[in-house]
Amino acid sequence: MASDKGNAQTGHGHRETPIKHIFGFILSLVLTFAALWVALYTPVSKPVMLTAILVLAVMQFFVQLLMFMHWTEGSGTYQVVTTLYGVFVAVVTVVGSVWIFFGMYAM
Amino acid sequence: MAEHALQTHGKSTEKSALPLEYSTEESRLKIFGFWVFLGAEIVLFASLFATYLVLAGRTAGGPTAKELFEVKDFMMETIILLTSSFTCGLGTLALRNRSKGGILFWYIVTLLLGLSFIGLEVTEFIHYVGEGATIQRSAFLSGFFILVGTHGAHVSLGILWMTLILIQLIQRGVTAATARRVFIVGLYWHFLDVVWIFIFTLVYLMGVAY
Repeated sequence: MASDKGNAQTGHGHRETPIKHIFGFILSLVLTFAALWVALYTPVSKPVMLTAILVLAVMQFFVQLLMFMHWTEGSGTYQVVTTLYGVFVAVVTVVGSVWIFFGMYAM
Repeated sequence: MAEHALQTHGKSTEKSALPLEYSTEESRLKIFGFWVFLGAEIVLFASLFATYLVLAGRTAGGPTAKELFEVKDFMMETIILLTSSFTCGLGTLALRNRSKGGILFWYIVTLLLGLSFIGLEVTEFIHYVGEGATIQRSAFLSGFFILVGTHGAHVSLGILWMTLILIQLIQRGVTAATARRVFIVGLYWHFLDVVWIFIFTLVYLMGVAY
């Protein structure tokens, strides 16, 4: 484990400021209301709308990971790869199920 | 011992480049282990999302998502949980600054927001059941209650867990061990917000838009 060179970017002796957190919070609010606006008030087609709100959700996922969860600290690469592998299995499960079932519904 | 020597309540003076929660090998491994757990949690929720999405149109003549979901209600829940994730992040920041009072303040704010989220969700479920939209009514509602209910159970567990960690923090102060626990319960809380973002998008927004 590369723990001894864990790249926690927090030196001691000086206080950390909440600038990153405030930025992350504003960004997540903006992304949430943008998704609501796209879903309810734009005249785009359903597939375009769905793609747009999914992209906004994934962006919010990364805001949480990077602004609040100290994702790249500690065991760095190891925990990033573990999380991304979880995401990979999640995407295969969800997209695969939807693909198969909606293919069957259409038959 | 070493743990005791690290106990500080004000500004830290030691040379270590690592924050307190990463200061021992055991803590570093446990934090990494928690990320592995979160990876498994992502997969657990993915299976529930897959179930919900394939069943979402199967309403069996019962109420549909569009009829049930109220934009104002789920936006309230979303904003409350987003804000609680922010205040929890500020709690972890207070931990980095070794401020016991700061951790307690921000984590208690987080707990109160968590409790109001659960309160809203329970009210929402009771309202649905009152309209005849029970878990047995249709495949859509079974998938909905299992997915959103599992998330709500996680939030409830998180509230209980965070309360216990705060009691320990009050008793033992900011040590290497309590710092790690405060940090890990914070990670869990942020993760619950991540899951909610996808419930908000795939269940509620899609429900009212389709």
